[in-house]
Amino acid sequence: MKAFTYERATTPGSAAAHALNTPGAKFIAGGTNLLDLMKLEIETPVHLIDVNGLGLDEITPTPEGGLRIGALVRNTDLAAHPLVRRDYGVLSRALLAGASGQLRNRATTAGNLLQRTRCPYFYDTNQPCNKRRPGSGCAALSGFSRQHAVVGASEACIATHPSDMAVAMRLLDAQIETVNPQGETRQIPVAAFYRAPQQTPHLENVLQTGELITSVTLPSPCGGTHIYRKVRDRASYAFALVSVAAIIHPDGTGRVAFGGVAHKPWRMEEADMLLPQGAQPVYDHLFASATPTAENTFKLTLAKRTLASVIAEGRG
Amino acid sequence: MSNHGETPAAFSAARASDLGTTPVPVTMPLSLKVNGVVYQLNVDTRTTLLDALRENLHLTGSKKGCDHGQCGACTVIVDGRRLNSCLTLAVMHQDAEVTTIEGLGTPDNLHPMQAAFIEHDGYQCGYCTPGQICSSVAVLQEIEAGIPSHVTHDLVSDPQRTAEEIRERMSGNICRCGAYSNILAAIEDVAAGGKS
Repeated sequence: MKAFTYERATTPGSAAAHALNTPGAKFIAGGTNLLDLMKLEIETPVHLIDVNGLGLDEITPTPEGGLRIGALVRNTDLAAHPLVRRDYGVLSRALLAGASGQLRNRATTAGNLLQRTRCPYFYDTNQPCNKRRPGSGCAALSGFSRQHAVVGASEACIATHPSDMAVAMRLLDAQIETVNPQGETRQIPVAAFYRAPQQTPHLENVLQTGELITSVTLPSPCGGTHIYRKVRDRASYAFALVSVAAIIHPDGTGRVAFGGVAHKPWRMEEADMLLPQGAQPVYDHLFASATPTAENTFKLTLAKRTLASVIAEGRG
Repeated sequence: MSNHGETPAAFSAARASDLGTTPVPVTMPLSLKVNGVVYQLNVDTRTTLLDALRENLHLTGSKKGCDHGQCGACTVIVDGRRLNSCLTLAVMHQDAEVTTIEGLGTPDNLHPMQAAFIEHDGYQCGYCTPGQICSSVAVLQEIEAGIPSHVTHDLVSDPQRTAEEIRERMSGNICRCGAYSNILAAIEDVAAGGKS
């Protein structure tokens, strides 16, 4: 691991300002992904700004009837919160389907959104990777690509976003709130947060230098049956091959988002409109632009079948 | 900041111009309470909590398996919660209370979970055992606290101390010898006795 200086931030605004004024600085919260990558020198910050003392660890009702989730709320606490369990079950289920008990105790809401891909070629510093080293190429394209993206990818990168939580956040129309080094705040829908890989897969989201996530807000509950179905190689503690987050109402309407298939949670509101007609038209709309590799084309069949199963369960 | 008096910007510039040389480590003072004893340390900022426990404090019960949070051998309990001590920096735990396997019990005064692992032969080589036991103790506390898991059938009611719940919650602790069935038996025994 490269040497670095370290500070404990005292306010969100000063943390953002320090991040802007210190080239090579990074925020650290749970650290479960960042430290992993620092050990491999895939991440090499020269300065760490510890944001754990910022007090952004509360879950509070909003005037609109939703929930405001502090950026530092641990995955365990978010999954276990009584209002999340009652009104946003798909979010609890998605969180509990991810990682291990030890990791969920440390991992934060903002850190979960910002975690990096687990593409083995991103992790292997002997291999070319446009995300790790822009312009070096993509070893996954001709390599073992069973785990990789089937939609939204580019010829520069076929990595997936590994988060389960983000899939539920996208399904729930969550909004990310940030503060920038000038102290200004803004709201970013999860739907607009992740950038398509195109030719710049190292640019993963729309955050500016120094911009710090302070909370994630959920709109008021929308009812329905909440389901998070994760298909993976082990029954626990493994990343998704395909996951489906869904809210299904008794009349067959609802919404659906996929994990494990793209660089971001994969949802299209136009596809949601087709849910009363069953899985096939929804699948056709969501995966019309799919470009699977020979090794991961099975994910398309898996996605369609998992969706059909989830719809059946949702309708009771 | 560091005891070398660098500003982050100066350190950044120095590291950038130091290609080919090893920069001087940055160290910081740290106070940790481990197994009831307060320690004053001065650690390299890169020191993980696991390395601080093993290398600085010589508490070698906590094991370094994968060093990437995948195996759980380094599991300890910090401020009442289990975590992977390899994936957290020591300096992030100023004034924290850490419990390691050495703090749960001693050979003369075993924690009930340690006794149950012996009773049920919940190990073979023993390398993962300290992490398994720290995790087990925390798992029963998590169920007691009503924290749901992936296999909890009804999210809005309290989880139960079932074998299914215990298996799921222990998935972050790998046993390369495959002693899982005996590990489960040991945890179920303590769960039934309510002794954790």
